[in-house]
Amino acid sequence: MADKVLMKGNEAIAEAAILAGCRHYFGYPITPQTEIAAYMAKKMPKIGGTFLQAESEIAAINMVYGVSSTGKRVMTSSSSPGISLKGEGLSYLAGADLPALVVNVQRGGPGLGGIQPSQSDYFQATRGGAHGDFKMIVLAPHSVQEMAELTVKGFDLADKYRMTAMILADGTMGQMMEPVSLDFAASEPVAKPWATTGTKMEREHNIVNSLFLQPDELEKVNFERYERYKVIEENEAMYEEYMMEDAEYCVVAFGIAARVSKNAVAEARKKGIKVGLIRPITLWPFPTAAFAKTMGKIKEYISVELSMGQMIEDVRLATECSAPVTLCNRVGGMIPSPEQVLAAIETAAKNGGAK
Amino acid sequence: MSTKQILISGFGGQGILFAGKFLAYKGLIDDKQVSWLPSYGPEMRGGTASCSVILSDEPVGSPIVSNPDILVAMNLPSLDKYESTVAPGGIILADSTLIDRKVERDDVTVYYVPATALAGENGIATLANMIITGKLLSVLDDFNEESVRAALSKVVSAKKANLYDLNLKAMQIGADFK
Repeated sequence: MADKVLMKGNEAIAEAAILAGCRHYFGYPITPQTEIAAYMAKKMPKIGGTFLQAESEIAAINMVYGVSSTGKRVMTSSSSPGISLKGEGLSYLAGADLPALVVNVQRGGPGLGGIQPSQSDYFQATRGGAHGDFKMIVLAPHSVQEMAELTVKGFDLADKYRMTAMILADGTMGQMMEPVSLDFAASEPVAKPWATTGTKMEREHNIVNSLFLQPDELEKVNFERYERYKVIEENEAMYEEYMMEDAEYCVVAFGIAARVSKNAVAEARKKGIKVGLIRPITLWPFPTAAFAKTMGKIKEYISVELSMGQMIEDVRLATECSAPVTLCNRVGGMIPSPEQVLAAIETAAKNGGAK
Repeated sequence: MSTKQILISGFGGQGILFAGKFLAYKGLIDDKQVSWLPSYGPEMRGGTASCSVILSDEPVGSPIVSNPDILVAMNLPSLDKYESTVAPGGIILADSTLIDRKVERDDVTVYYVPATALAGENGIATLANMIITGKLLSVLDDFNEESVRAALSKVVSAKKANLYDLNLKAMQIGADFK
């Protein structure tokens, strides 16, 4: 255990980003993710990196756009209301096919909402998050270790597919401390021949831009982008299965909701209920394959969320409504208890999958 | 031990989160699975602060402690708020300097430790948190000096090395308190 240290989830993200080669961080403070900025403020100057507290979230995301254009690894982080402010920049990054890592440590909403944990930005994250047709790769850690590992993975995927990867965490994941091992292989740098690094009079100008005034040209880049998204959907979906082998009931949850649900599933198993858990790790691409193989075996799916029911729509799509999908939720900064999830499992088992 | 769920609660400024962090590090050093989750609301700035610590032989599921096996109450509002949530058969440690009532439950084991008064008498007024933590470790028969020292060195920053001995002293006072 000697190589493990206790870190907050937010700190683990920051340290992992540095290990992934990120030397540029732009942000603006907001609870419950401020430790990311604080960690970067401390560390970046010591390793020749840039930490800049921008005048606003909008400024920060546009600084990300600028640095990304030069081919450097770059990130920003915020929490729900701050991510909404970054929306314009997220769309511009997508339109210019620029890689970036964006962290959303969610809090309750809408509006300024509260500062306690939430998962109610699921739609915003998985449907693109702003105007225009685009996607972000959305990674949902459920431990401090994953906060670190998925940060590195996020940078790698962003570079590979030239798009934004978002870490979609919540206040609990950001604030909690767990042992974490940062002893993982550094990622391989990806060549970025498109970067605006100066032609040195040796090549054509690279142009990074999201403005396409010719509709046929704009249509073409959209079609091409979605071809790339198709490759991602086929290759990059990640999920965890927990006690699914002989399951007749299936809890679906990510992040903190998955942690709570694991307790409930283990308790339900003790009571003889054949229940398992599918934990999507990528929310986009949604791990449809994990659900396809359960169809016909599962009598009811229970989506456990810290929202009014957002992921539940993806569960219904992935299961093609082959069985009822019900919601077990708390919102506003409240977190479902294992007892609440257990009660939902018991109700499902009693109904036996009746619609 | 399979799993111990601990809730530590008191005023902001009493070192509630620090005590929890110490216990989490000690658990890590003792090869346990651990999690530490603080309250992070505005209550940190002067109101009630609390933190959930879980020590387990199994991977930790939910990091949220809602029915603690052990409640450390460092002030009256904390005891009022959490007494009823303690698991039957659990343990409550109360700072009896700041809590002027008795625990009403009869299905838990209670230890009254005048931690704040002991801290004042010993010239370590800010370390009531570690006095009661020392008592907790002795109650659990877990005052292993080697891992206590190792955990302390993780949570006391090198810049404040002079506080290391004082923290150790505080825990010893708590452990020796009958």
